[in-house]
Amino acid sequence: MSQPAWNSPVVKWIDERLPIFTLLHHSTSGYPTPKNLNYWWNFGSLAGFMLVVLIATGIVLAMQYQPNAALAFDSVERIMRDVNYGWLLRYLHMNGGSMFFLAVYIHIFRGLYYGSYKRPRELLWWLGVVILLLMMATAFMGYVLPWGQMSFWAATVITNLFSAFPGVGRFIVHWLWGGFAVDNATLNRFYALHYLLPFVILGVVVLHLWALHTTKSNNPLGIDAKGQQDTIPFHPYYTVKDNFGIGVFLIVYLGFVFFAPNFFGEPDNYIPANPLQTPPHIVPEWYFLPFYAILRSIPDKLTGVLATFLSILVLFVLPWLDFSRVRSATFRPLYKKAFWLLVVDVGVLGYVGANPPEGGFLVMGRIATAYYFLHWFILVPLIALFERPRPLPVSISQPVLGGGLAAAAANPMEKA
Amino acid sequence: MATSAETSAHGAAGVAVKRRDFLYLATGAMGAVGAALAVWPLIESMNPAADVLALSSSEVDLSPIQVGQRITVKWRSQPVFVARRTPEEIEEAQKVDVQELRDPQADSARVKKPEWLVMVGICTHLGCVPLGQMSGDPRGDWHGWFCPCHGSQYDTSGRIRQGPAPANLVIPQYAFLTDTSVRIG
Repeated sequence: MSQPAWNSPVVKWIDERLPIFTLLHHSTSGYPTPKNLNYWWNFGSLAGFMLVVLIATGIVLAMQYQPNAALAFDSVERIMRDVNYGWLLRYLHMNGGSMFFLAVYIHIFRGLYYGSYKRPRELLWWLGVVILLLMMATAFMGYVLPWGQMSFWAATVITNLFSAFPGVGRFIVHWLWGGFAVDNATLNRFYALHYLLPFVILGVVVLHLWALHTTKSNNPLGIDAKGQQDTIPFHPYYTVKDNFGIGVFLIVYLGFVFFAPNFFGEPDNYIPANPLQTPPHIVPEWYFLPFYAILRSIPDKLTGVLATFLSILVLFVLPWLDFSRVRSATFRPLYKKAFWLLVVDVGVLGYVGANPPEGGFLVMGRIATAYYFLHWFILVPLIALFERPRPLPVSISQPVLGGGLAAAAANPMEKA
Repeated sequence: MATSAETSAHGAAGVAVKRRDFLYLATGAMGAVGAALAVWPLIESMNPAADVLALSSSEVDLSPIQVGQRITVKWRSQPVFVARRTPEEIEEAQKVDVQELRDPQADSARVKKPEWLVMVGICTHLGCVPLGQMSGDPRGDWHGWFCPCHGSQYDTSGRIRQGPAPANLVIPQYAFLTDTSVRIG
């Protein structure tokens, strides 16, 4: 990585006192990126883009919203009807949440397929899981703010998860509520936290990028770049590719915003919150459905709650459960099958989570839940132990250019 | 001489280091305790406030309630079910073998007067309000209450009989002020 030389005396003057231009250079045109990244690598920047959109629309929505149980529902309706472009801002924010989760889930599955959680990227992976947990908390609290029936009962059911802990559960729940039921105090604090947490996420994203730029990007082959012949500068090559990805993603996102803005929502949330009546079917947002299915599949309340937490926390120990040294599933025939089965399993869990826990759905949910944990705790370590990976290519360039770079491969540390 | 001087110098240094370590740890511990104490008001401020606690009792007039009728009243912003049970419902609640229940409790331990059942109308699973208060509502196989969220079923004494809920519907503190009025809380 070359040290940049600045021509402009102003830039030079600033950079000597605060090396902000050097920092920018190192994270863009000075950042060597594997040259074989495919389109699955677009979803990190897409997630970052969605975070910016959500923060921008969220700040202006906060200028119109009233965080008070008596006013909240009407203030959201006022945003929809009277505020200039209020409908657009709210629909961008509402669907933006779904798109953020969509991008992040694809980003996570990308990491699972190509082994991006493995040494030396364990901390990078951990920071990503922390972002996911913060996102879930933020999304949940944001969903409560419109103070419709689904808002209220989602808040009730999810906070009640903590009542499962023996002894202290009740006190934790009353503390979370600031009362004896979800009420104005709860709405106020959720609003405060919903405004705060996105900036915490932003901070962790900076750490995530810092860790990324330290260990450098993984790539579809899962082998390390052996020198300059294997990399290209992030800018302009991947900035252009990421921008193209954002264009495609925007078509999907704005398609929902303009043509099906309530596709992901529940009609019951346009009924004002009523603490005395539970709607007949409580369904969380789609991005929580697999976890909701796990919660409901286990007949014991405490075990169900613990299993739900564990279903996400298992990601923290994944780098050690999968101790195979080959990263990319391209070279791991058994792991590749297990990966796709996991994708199907999570899909089944989501489908079960959207349906009432009766009859066939209950059985399906239990099987899918059992398989989910079987995958992480049994299959992944066993595959790591017994699988015979296919031979890895010598370098990132070699599969494309054949023997042409044999010299470079023979002397991998040579800087071209 | 040189050796002994060295030893004593080392000894002195050793003592000094230990003393320093102790002061360092003691200061750190004091700092941690102080920080925890300073955080406590922030945490405690999130607990129910005095005005919320002040609303902790509700009085209910029982005289308009007919036999077999169930009404919902609000207590601490929670729904409370007040049911005037029919003789059949009372009999059904009393004849149950208590040992067979998930949360064993005799009907007599759940009521002050067999005719009146007073309980918090919140499912002990995840806090939904069970159905069964209106005459047209589903009441489950035990003719009590049915929670629509995850299918828990309660009997005519509000005891859990089937579904994921771990415990019976909670009986709040209440007292009969007269024959026809009750104070909850």
